[in-house]
Amino acid sequence: MTLEILAVDDSRTMRDMIRLALLPAGFNVHTADDGMHGIEVLEGIEPDAIITDINMPRLDGFGFIDAVRGQEKHRATPILVLTTEAAPELKARARGAGATGWIVKPFDPSKLIKALQMVAG
Amino acid sequence: MSDPNDPMAEIRASFFIECEELLEALQDGLQSLDDGDEDTETINVVFRAVHSIKGGAGAFGLEALVRFAHRFETVLDEVRAGRMTPDADALKIFFQCADHLSDLVRVSRDDGDLPDDKTAELLQHLDDLLGETGAPEEEAEEEIDFQPAVLSLDLDFGDAEDDGDVAELPSLDELPSPLTNTFTIKFRPENDLFDTGNEPFHMLRSLDEMGECKVTCHMDSLPEFADLIPEQSYLYWTVELQSDVDEAEISAAFEFVEGLCTLEISKQASDAVTEYELPDDAATDVDADAGTPEMDQTDAAMPSLPEISEAPAVSEVPDIAESDGSQKEDQVTPTAAEKPASPATPKSPSPAAAAKSVVRVDLDRIERLVNLVGELVINQAMLSQSLESSGLSPHSDAMNGLEEFQRLTRDIQDSVMMIRAQPVKSLFQRMSRIVREASAAVGKDVRLHTEGESTEVDKTVIERLADPLTHMIRNAVDHGLESSADRIAAGKPEEGRVNLTAAHRSGRVVIEVSDDGGGINRPKVLQIAIDKGLIPEDANLSDSEIDNLLFLPGFSTATVVSDLSGRGVGMDVVRTSIQALGGRITITSTPGVGTTFSISLPLTLAVLDGMVVQVADETLVLPLNVVIETLTLTNEDVEMVRPGANVVRVRSGFVPLFDLGQELGYRAPVEDYEGSVVLLIAHEDGSRAALIIDSIQDQRQVVIKGLDDSFYRAPGIAAATILGDGQIALILDTSDIITNAIGAAGSPSAQNLTGLSA
Repeated sequence: MTLEILAVDDSRTMRDMIRLALLPAGFNVHTADDGMHGIEVLEGIEPDAIITDINMPRLDGFGFIDAVRGQEKHRATPILVLTTEAAPELKARARGAGATGWIVKPFDPSKLIKALQMVAG
Repeated sequence: MSDPNDPMAEIRASFFIECEELLEALQDGLQSLDDGDEDTETINVVFRAVHSIKGGAGAFGLEALVRFAHRFETVLDEVRAGRMTPDADALKIFFQCADHLSDLVRVSRDDGDLPDDKTAELLQHLDDLLGETGAPEEEAEEEIDFQPAVLSLDLDFGDAEDDGDVAELPSLDELPSPLTNTFTIKFRPENDLFDTGNEPFHMLRSLDEMGECKVTCHMDSLPEFADLIPEQSYLYWTVELQSDVDEAEISAAFEFVEGLCTLEISKQASDAVTEYELPDDAATDVDADAGTPEMDQTDAAMPSLPEISEAPAVSEVPDIAESDGSQKEDQVTPTAAEKPASPATPKSPSPAAAAKSVVRVDLDRIERLVNLVGELVINQAMLSQSLESSGLSPHSDAMNGLEEFQRLTRDIQDSVMMIRAQPVKSLFQRMSRIVREASAAVGKDVRLHTEGESTEVDKTVIERLADPLTHMIRNAVDHGLESSADRIAAGKPEEGRVNLTAAHRSGRVVIEVSDDGGGINRPKVLQIAIDKGLIPEDANLSDSEIDNLLFLPGFSTATVVSDLSGRGVGMDVVRTSIQALGGRITITSTPGVGTTFSISLPLTLAVLDGMVVQVADETLVLPLNVVIETLTLTNEDVEMVRPGANVVRVRSGFVPLFDLGQELGYRAPVEDYEGSVVLLIAHEDGSRAALIIDSIQDQRQVVIKGLDDSFYRAPGIAAATILGDGQIALILDTSDIITNAIGAAGSPSAQNLTGLSA
């Protein structure tokens, strides 16, 4: 099954890494440069899961998750947060915003895929 | 890593490019903070830049970079959180850290030696800053849980075992595996679990993937339909799992919902487990027993197999079984950390490489394109010329088409030049670093003001400008600005100021370096020049001529040669490099107020808007931008100052008059000026002159063809070009010609200054 993923990260390197990790595994990857752009990109697609960074210009990850959860059709869309720190407060905060799970950067591609499969099938 | 087809190497390369951008943003942000910007977004930008560098560096296992960036980031986070105010001292350290970060990026990229001393020193400074704010020291020491992203052969503990089993024990499904445990998992989701977009189905399915699974769904809490609240969670599950995975892996499946559900995992230890817990040789036994021909195919899994034997985690499992889920995570992390920290190795060079939004092009290819476009321009000129001489009507289709062709050629040329154009910003940022370092070296307080950073200039020009500009900035800090004490005595602010500006001016780029120092000490300069025998003792020089003495080879004004700018590279070298770029450099200085060096450069090194003129049967090209007016003379316009030195009246003033043919040695001086055509030339430094020519032929773009080094460098000749008819014409350096002419006509002493005002 091809999963459609939206990856939101302001770092080009990170976006490239995500793509490199997911494309060979058969994922269909869309990317956006920041939260604001993520919301725009989201309008045209129906991703099975969303991956987002936290620290981003214009609209950060928390704001982005908030905005996504605010849309009726994305109330239950799995959202994974990419964080550099594994601090429990950060996880709690991400979850409070409505994130489904988290991946610690730099991520291991197989873990990312596993996590995606865990939340989105 | 250097394999161009390796997607990781490609991303790595693009990471370093991104780093440059981030470092630029970092510099910008710090500069804004330094300028008193209090916008919270500014510190956010600074923080994000460092954060992103850290993130990317982590992915490539650039540990030194990660460590430094992490500590830097920690301090910036304090600022971001408002717990620390970035005062001048803190900013100074931030700037140094930014510089150091960019060094580390470069070193990491080129695999160079790490400047550990500097790192340690700056980290100490950062810690001191943290200390001031009373933030816990440990925070800086916080363990950095980074692993290089491993795209590769290292298999998960569980996976390795799986693979091994599949190969060794093909009939696993039918036979009860000796390594199998039976787990009972009770899972009851709470409502919040669904709010975060988690789905029990997926978790149950991942359990199913771990082994033999029996799932029971309990519906006893389910109310009557009428009482059912749609968004309330009523169901819970019991799962009987027969699997060889350890408990940590099971709880990993529920990692994201920890705290959002009730989860109990218990294990029924079987005899098989005891067997499994036997020391090392047990694992060896398994291997030996399983010595089937299929082993060959499992070579890849072999290196991981020893991990089975070092499975203390497994023997501890019974303890964990009693604990709740919160401790499980601690179990997971060390497992991950045990993975070989091998550098990122790609699984396989996947053809499905990432799509690019930016295309990186080899500069050579652009160079080639530029040359081809140059040829196109020449070819188009030739075509125009032959069509014109064929006597076609100007309204014919061919002529109209030609016009369109000309326009297109021009557009293509502009577009190609645009590819090479870059804002001077990166160059300016390097200079701000030079100022910081230079001012620290000589103990002066200096602030750099930049302007026009977005001015775009040919990339080659920017690159070749770095050295001369560095030297000029150092000079400004070292020689231009007075010492703090002198400044205070002169009633100036203690902090010296160096301005660096760039602007487009009449088709050229003008870059100025100015300081608010004491200005050039002319009597001293003059004395040094005389002492060094550069000019005769009785030389009578104007202020600007004295200033230009600085450009003489082997001139140094510092009484004490400082280790900063006194390194044997004088302003003459600066001038030579600028001239090599087709540029000119001029000085203006006001005692007590400051000195300004102004560099004027062509926008590109490849084409020139030229005026094609005829002098003594020679076709010559002058840069169009220096010609401000054309006149036809009458004898009355010309006044003789003294024999051989004439001036021409232009409206209210007089301008020195020279015969271009004579200056170039083509002919004897013109006697009768009646009807002569003259070009009025003006330069950036304000000097003006009138040049006599025979006729003006055309005004067109010419492709500059540099004169080979093997030619004798003829004064007044800048380069050559090929005209439309295939004829070669020389491109003149009017500034050089006029300087020479003034030198020849002026006072005898001035002859020594030939070429001074470039």
